[in-house]
Amino acid sequence: MSSRDDILASIRANLPRVDRSLPDVPLFDADPPVSLLSAFKENLHRMGGMFLDPPSSGDILVPIRIIIAGAKIVCSTVPEIAGNRDIAGVDASRDLADVDFAIVRASFAVAETGSLLLTDADLHVNAVAYLAQHLIVLLDPTDIVVNLHHAYRRPDFRDRHYASFHSGPSATADIEGVLIHGAQGVRSLSVLPVARATDDPITQ
Amino acid sequence: MISVHEPIDSGGMLHPELRAEHDPNSIMRDGRRLDHAEGTSKPLRVLPEPQPRGAKVRGNRPVDQQEAAGRFIAAPEHEKMHDERLWDLRQKRDREMHGIAEWEELRSLASAIKEHTLTHLDKYLDQFETNARANGIHVHWARDAAEHNQIVHGILRDHGAKSLIKSKSMLTEECGFRAYMASVGIEVTETDLGERIQQLDNEDPSHVVVPAVHKLRTDVAELFSRTIGTDPDNTDVHYLAEAQREATRPLILDADAGMTGANFVVAETGTFVVCTNEGNADLSANVPKLHIASIGIEKILPRMEHLAVFIRLLSRSALGSPMTQYTSHFRGPRDGGEMHVVLVDNGRSERLGLEEFWTSLKCIRCGACMNTCPVYRRGGGLSYGATYSGPIGLIIDPTFNKRKYSNLPYASSLNGSCTNVCPVKINIHEQIYAWRRVLVEEHEVPLAKKVAMKAAGVLLSRPMAYRAAIAAADTALAHLPRFIIYNGLNAWGKHREVPHAPKQTFHSWYHANRGGKP
Ligand code: SF4
Repeated sequence: MSSRDDILASIRANLPRVDRSLPDVPLFDADPPVSLLSAFKENLHRMGGMFLDPPSSGDILVPIRIIIAGAKIVCSTVPEIAGNRDIAGVDASRDLADVDFAIVRASFAVAETGSLLLTDADLHVNAVAYLAQHLIVLLDPTDIVVNLHHAYRRPDFRDRHYASFHSGPSATADIEGVLIHGAQGVRSLSVLPVARATDDPITQ
Repeated sequence: MISVHEPIDSGGMLHPELRAEHDPNSIMRDGRRLDHAEGTSKPLRVLPEPQPRGAKVRGNRPVDQQEAAGRFIAAPEHEKMHDERLWDLRQKRDREMHGIAEWEELRSLASAIKEHTLTHLDKYLDQFETNARANGIHVHWARDAAEHNQIVHGILRDHGAKSLIKSKSMLTEECGFRAYMASVGIEVTETDLGERIQQLDNEDPSHVVVPAVHKLRTDVAELFSRTIGTDPDNTDVHYLAEAQREATRPLILDADAGMTGANFVVAETGTFVVCTNEGNADLSANVPKLHIASIGIEKILPRMEHLAVFIRLLSRSALGSPMTQYTSHFRGPRDGGEMHVVLVDNGRSERLGLEEFWTSLKCIRCGACMNTCPVYRRGGGLSYGATYSGPIGLIIDPTFNKRKYSNLPYASSLNGSCTNVCPVKINIHEQIYAWRRVLVEEHEVPLAKKVAMKAAGVLLSRPMAYRAAIAAADTALAHLPRFIIYNGLNAWGKHREVPHAPKQTFHSWYHANRGGKP
C-alpha cells in the first residue's frame, strides 16, 4: 500500500464513533465601529504600523514623497507614484535585496486587526514585501471590511496563489520580550489612504 | 520611535522587582507602549547568571522532569524572568479576551469545527489533496518522521539543493529533521530569531511559540559572540537582534530551497496558512524557487469561513496580540516556482483512536496552556525533555513513548487553568489525570507517584472539595497550589517556599470576572 492509502486506512480504522456536525459561523458584525477607517487606524497603530494622514489639499502623495526623499532604491508596483527599480525587470526575488522602500496597494484591509491583504497580484514579486527595508501601502478607504469573518468571504482567497495579511511591520520579541521592529522583514509599515485611480481593482 | 518616562505600574506582576523604571527602547504609538507580537507589556530587567540546561535525556529511560526543573528554579534570575514573561503573555491574552464579546462563542465554534473535521479527517484530507493538486501543488504523504525526512531529502536531491532556509515548525522538531539533514549534508538555517538562537546553541525549543523564552539577553550575547561574532560585552537586545538579521540575510538570499510549516490547512480551496511575526516564513517561502511545507494531518479545516474563527483566536490566545504580523495563505506556486506539501501522520491517526485522548488533536499550538501553567513557568520548557512541553506536552508526549515520558503527567498541579484558557477547549487537566491512570495500569509509574495520584484522585473526584482545598490554601493560579507542593508526596515542594501569598483562586477569579458557571 502507498503511504497515502496506509494513512487514510489508519484514519478510517481509528475515527471516533461520535456524531459531530459542522457549525455555521456567524459574521459577528452586529456592532460595527462608527468609522471603519478610524478603527483600522487605531488597530494598525497597535500592531506597530503607521497611518499617514493625507494632506487636506493639494498632492495627496506628499507624505510618501517626504518619506522616500532620501532613499536610494524605491520599487513601486502602483501607478500613482514612480520608483527607480522596475519590478517588471526582476528575474529572481533576491534581486530585490537592496530595495529601501517598496510601495504597493492593498487589496483590502480589516478594521478589527489593522491588517492589510497583499496578494501576488498586488506585489508582482511576493518577496518585495519582505526584502525591502520599509513598506508603504496605499489603501482605498472604501476597501475596509469590519472583521476577519467578512475578510475571509473575499474572492482573493479563492483566486490568488498567494495572499498575506500584513498587520504592522515584521517584529520579534524573542529576547527577553523586548519588542523590535524589523526582525527579518520590513522595519516599518506605513499606510496612506488613497482612492483607487480607476474602477479596475487590480493595478496590473 | 519616541521614548518617554512611563508611569510605574506593578499591578499584576509576579515579581514586581523585575520592573525596569526607564525603558529608552520602548516603541510608542499614540502615547502608549507597544506590546504586540510577543513583546512584554512592561519593561523587565534581571541580572546576568549562567543558564541552567534542560533535562538529561538518556535513551528510553524516563525523563526526570523534577530534577531539571529543580536546576531551573535554582537559577533565580532565569526563573523569575521566565515566570514573569509568560505570566505577562497570559495577562495580555486575558485583555484581548475581554475585548471580544463573542470570545466564548468563538472557543465553542473552534472546538466544534475541529471535532467535526477530526471525525471526518479522511474526507477532508482527500478534498485538500485534490484541490491543492489542481492548483499545482505537489502533495506527499509521510507515515512517520523517517519517511517525512526522506521525502524532503528526495525533493532537495532532485533539485540539487544543498542549503535550506526554514521557519519554525514543531512538526520538524518532532521529526528530528535538522539532525537528519545534517547527516545527509544539507545545510539547514532556522530563520526565526528564537529558533535560530536554539539552533546555534544546540538546544531544542523550550516553548512552541517563543522558543528561547528561557534564555536571558546575557545568554544570547555570549552565544552570538561565539557563533556569529558579536561583541561579547554588548548585551543590548536591539544590537543582538540586528546582528542576527544581518548574519542570516545572506543565507536567505543564497538558499537553494525554503521550508515552512503550516498552522492551518483549508480543504475547500487547497490552501495552507502560515502565521508568523518576523517575516522569516514569507522570506523562506518566497525567495528560493522551491518551497516545501511540512504539515501535520490534524491541521485541516473545511472552509475559509472556519479559518476566520481560528485566526481570531490564535494570536490572541498565544501572545495577547490581536493578530500575528503576517498571516499568509499559500494556494499554489508562484510563477517559475515549485511548491510541495508533505502531509505527516507520525502517530496522529493512531491517537485519533484513543477514546480519552483523541481531542488533543484539536490543539492549535498556541502555547496558552504553557503560559498559564505554574509548573511550566517555574520549571522551564526544557525540563520536560520532550518536543512538546507544558500541559499539552503532558498529554501528547506519552503517545510517542509511554516509558520515556511516564513522569510527565505528574508535572501538573491539576488546577485546570490550562483547560480554561485553551482556545479549542481541550479538557487538558482531565486528560493529564487520565494519563496517570493509564500509565499506572500499564506499570510505567513508580510507587511514590501512585500514592500521590491516589490523593489527588480523591480530591479530583470531588470537584467542590478540590476547589475548596485550593482556596483554603490561600493560593492562586499564579503560584503552585500549596497543598499540592507541600503534601510531601510531590517533589515540587523540595525546592523553595512559594514567593508570596496571592489573592484569588482561578475559579473565584473566573467566577467574578466572567460570571459564568464556576
Ligand atoms: S492545548 Fe490548547 S492551550 Fe495548549 S497549546 Fe494546544 S490549543 Fe493552545
